[in-house]
Amino acid sequence: MPALPVRSANHEWLLKARRNFSNHLVTALSILSTIVVLVPLIAVLGYLIYKGASSLNWAFFTRVPVPVGETGGGMANSIVGSGIILAIASLMGIPVGIGAGVYLAEYGAGTWFGEGVRFTADVLNGVPSIVMGIAGYALIVANQKHFSALAGGVALAIMMVPTVARTTEEMLRTVPHAVREAAFGLGIAKWRTVLSISLRTAMPGIITGCMLAFARVAGETAPLLFTAFGNQFWSTNVNQPIAALPLQIYVYALSPYDEWHRLAWAGALVLIAMIMVSVTLVRIFASRGAIKGGHH
Amino acid sequence: MIEQDSIPLPQTQVPQTVVAEFVEDPAAVEPAAAPPSVIRNFLQAKSSGRVADGGFAGLMVLCALSIFVIVLLIIWVLVANSKLSIHAFGWKFFASQVWDPVSGDFGALPFIWGTVVSSLLAVAMAVPLALCVAIFLLEICPQFLRGPISFLTELLAAIPSVVYGLWGVFVLVPIMRDNVGPVLEKYLGWTGLFVEPNFGVGMFTASVILAIMIFPVISSISRDVMRVVPVSQREAALALGATRWEMIRISVLRNARIGIVGSVILGLGRALGETMAVTMVIGNHPDIVKNLFAPAYTLASVIANEFTEATGDLYLSALIEIGLALFLVTIVVNAIARILVWAVTRGDTARTA
Repeated sequence: MPALPVRSANHEWLLKARRNFSNHLVTALSILSTIVVLVPLIAVLGYLIYKGASSLNWAFFTRVPVPVGETGGGMANSIVGSGIILAIASLMGIPVGIGAGVYLAEYGAGTWFGEGVRFTADVLNGVPSIVMGIAGYALIVANQKHFSALAGGVALAIMMVPTVARTTEEMLRTVPHAVREAAFGLGIAKWRTVLSISLRTAMPGIITGCMLAFARVAGETAPLLFTAFGNQFWSTNVNQPIAALPLQIYVYALSPYDEWHRLAWAGALVLIAMIMVSVTLVRIFASRGAIKGGHH
Repeated sequence: MIEQDSIPLPQTQVPQTVVAEFVEDPAAVEPAAAPPSVIRNFLQAKSSGRVADGGFAGLMVLCALSIFVIVLLIIWVLVANSKLSIHAFGWKFFASQVWDPVSGDFGALPFIWGTVVSSLLAVAMAVPLALCVAIFLLEICPQFLRGPISFLTELLAAIPSVVYGLWGVFVLVPIMRDNVGPVLEKYLGWTGLFVEPNFGVGMFTASVILAIMIFPVISSISRDVMRVVPVSQREAALALGATRWEMIRISVLRNARIGIVGSVILGLGRALGETMAVTMVIGNHPDIVKNLFAPAYTLASVIANEFTEATGDLYLSALIEIGLALFLVTIVVNAIARILVWAVTRGDTARTA
């Protein structure tokens, strides 16, 4: 038997201590970083509630902005404007996104075209939102020669398509194949199977995905800067510049007036409340989903 | 009717389902079928027909194609609208430091500098934190805390950019100016990176905001990547007597490293294109200086700030060319990141949204 280097008890002890030390160090570090990361979240939300809640009143929801110097005024036009832009975006983005998701899961799985579409959707997801703004400007505003709610809606719709497509695809993939085969076995055509069996089964998950996409674009400002443009007055015309909550927050935050800062905080609180409510609903919805854990 | 039909089913069930399972043409099944059920007749009548099937498939293909169309349309629109600037300046556009709308001379170098430096700083700050949190949530965290904490870190991603900007302007900027700035200057001032005057707005504050914003991306995707490392790998390391950290290092981090790099690049891509929050706290001044307290300007924020004020076609076209550059760079960065993440998670249905 070859002689092994003899280790002293002392050496052994040192090695063990060092290994234990690094183990505990990493544990401590990761707990510490988790706490550090939660600080900005609590700071942002805490400030929003602290600053925003004191500025929220009835007028905020019912009145349009007033000129500098006058107190009062609200963001009623921005809330309605955001609603209109988001409705346009959802009407265009969600059906196309779901269609693309259906293609990826039910028709194009494994084909090079399907892979290409999936990859492009993922990459499109990472394109900066300001680029979507330029696209909306060049496609619609530059041709019409004026800013419009429609252009803003189109810019946001483009952002929704890849997100909705990918989540729809993932949700459809959780539908067991046996369910589809059962439908085919009954002699039901493919389109009918997709509509009434696959989509129906995956519906909770798809709604979740749509709401997440909605929440994501609801707070977007950059794509609206030179499409919807903003409006100090009441307007519901989709062919005219329209106010939007994120735009108004941006303008007010950079203004030099305390009254407007107050309104910016209130607006931010309303915006975040809308987004948080939908994200939390999604969370509850998803955890209760009938299809949870049904991979393949 | 219905009762009569459904009763004989059990006797004929076994041979029929075997035949019917993979036969798509309903007519082929017909002769072997037992008395057809009302439901089945109804569904056949409504759903037979190659026209509906083909039409539906075509519609879905169209939807899928629209994703390609969107990308091509964006490229075409950006190229067509920045022609003026591309012809006027050529490649020099990306090497020139001059940004002079009055005399019509444009160069994007200060914006590239601002974008690259602020994004890299943000990544440098966010990555260690994000990896630690991912490890914590996956390997260390007690089960009952895992859900709430991962929900909270995901909430960070749900806060809109403009709200981060608002918070940055009124909360972070004063803290950076009065509390963090002096400390950094005292201990790190000798590097030349942190030199007064510090107004709070500038490259460093922008990087901090960016770090907060990209943290959830890096953390959640690296967690997805680490999760697909097989349990057997972990067990093998533990069985050899590894401590928890050694197990994480040897089996989790090593196996997932390519995907982790992918998640970091994905975070970088996010940081490169981030607009509103950065525009609100970076100071918007096109200078290339070493001092991180000094105001800077990024590609995205120059577009946000000057697009609607651009007078003259060349000015607008230069801004759109900046948008084109931003688009192409983020496309390349994201493509690389996706390939890396995909290399690790393929075969698993990990969420990569």
